[in-house]
Amino acid sequence: MNTKILGYKRENGKIGIRNYVAILPVDDLSNNACEAVAHNIQGTIALSHPYGRLQYGSDLDLHFRTLIGNGANPNVAAVVVICIEQNWANKVAEGIAKTGKPVAAFGIEGNGLLKTIEMASRKAKEFVQYATAIEKVEADLSDLTISYKCGESDTTSGLAGNPTMGRVAERIIAKGGTIIFGETSETTGAEHILAKHFATPELAEKYLQIHKNYLQKIEDSGEDLMGSQPTEGNITGGLTTIEEKAFGNIQKAGRKEFNPVQSVLDLAEAPAGPGLHFMDSSSAAAEFITLMGAAGAVLHLFNTGQGNIVGNPIIPVVKTTANPNTVIHMAEHIDVDVAGLLTRELDLDTAADKVIECLVATARGRFTAAEALGQKEFVLTRLYPSA
Amino acid sequence: MAKHKFLMHDKEDSVGVAVADIVKGEKVYGAFLHGDELVEVVANDNIPLGHKIALKNVKNGEYVMKYDEKIGLAKQDIKVGDWVHTHNLKGYRWGK
Repeated sequence: MNTKILGYKRENGKIGIRNYVAILPVDDLSNNACEAVAHNIQGTIALSHPYGRLQYGSDLDLHFRTLIGNGANPNVAAVVVICIEQNWANKVAEGIAKTGKPVAAFGIEGNGLLKTIEMASRKAKEFVQYATAIEKVEADLSDLTISYKCGESDTTSGLAGNPTMGRVAERIIAKGGTIIFGETSETTGAEHILAKHFATPELAEKYLQIHKNYLQKIEDSGEDLMGSQPTEGNITGGLTTIEEKAFGNIQKAGRKEFNPVQSVLDLAEAPAGPGLHFMDSSSAAAEFITLMGAAGAVLHLFNTGQGNIVGNPIIPVVKTTANPNTVIHMAEHIDVDVAGLLTRELDLDTAADKVIECLVATARGRFTAAEALGQKEFVLTRLYPSA
Repeated sequence: MAKHKFLMHDKEDSVGVAVADIVKGEKVYGAFLHGDELVEVVANDNIPLGHKIALKNVKNGEYVMKYDEKIGLAKQDIKVGDWVHTHNLKGYRWGK
């Protein structure tokens, strides 16, 4: 099937499918300035978030890695970075500048809010005119880094929606594509099966150790995931236990003979080569997709059972569902209806064709449901509280 | 051929998934995603779309199987045709 797309070739050779000028706050205090710039200058987007002050250690490293990664994302043409302190604005801007794209950094201290807004707005205007002059080039779906997960899952996810994503992944990877999945907590109970999907015994062991440490940390604190995994929505949809949910979740890995997992990625870490990659990550939708943006994903595939509505400011999120009730009741959020799998009017290969067709249309510029509806959650993962 | 109202993941599974609402007392058929094989069960409960129907008797404390894997432990005896959910099935790691 035709997987030719039109994308934006960035200075480092990576292909993006959107062309944003991002106005990126390093900390919570700078959201106001960023939103003012985004209001002043058409074609820009503010990536507001509530963190960045008094973080330290690996939590701070992750903060910088997530901001730099999202700024470096090929869906972003240029970036204006704003921080209360000039030094940290410079640090983030320097990280993004390694891609070769235009970046500017502004500190609010010493300038005040109004002067910062004016300087940053003038630079943003320049960047928008730079970005809108970039012409699209022909590329292939397999040139993109794609991420995928499932959310508000139910039994139709494991039965049909997630196996469809698995089949889609097999096709894209067969053409040399790059795909990232993850959701460490949602593999609980199915880890012995997922472990068999890794390309080498060493990678399988690395994943199993990460998962074991994750459970140990939860159980050492005297807690468990009940009430969270499965969620209320999962239970309404017929999922009863975390183990049942996990077996459904890992269906999206596809058949292991086609999709061996090539690496275990740290949070917000970009994959080093093509194939399927597992990121040790939260299963919370908005956090997950934000981490994927930091890892370089430019397109996200999301299967839902009951109807998760998540989007992302810089990554188009394509929603599929196999639940016929969700197709009706959450219609405006669904991009691809694969409920025909339950009635057996569709088979997995035909369902995968429908999804790939939508991914190609999205990559050529068509808005997804989440984009048209303005769902753009940008949520940073925290490892522990601020100092 | 009768139209299926539930689907099964694997031949050895003790539960199937309703793909349409099932009414108590209804005789329903189950199928796999592929193939012509059909299984027949009489439902003991109302079972909404997406919820599980028992295909085997499972004793209290025994594993319930789906995907040919253990998805939890029966909290009470489960009979063929029963609705299987949080009232009679719990996770084996953290389940209550």
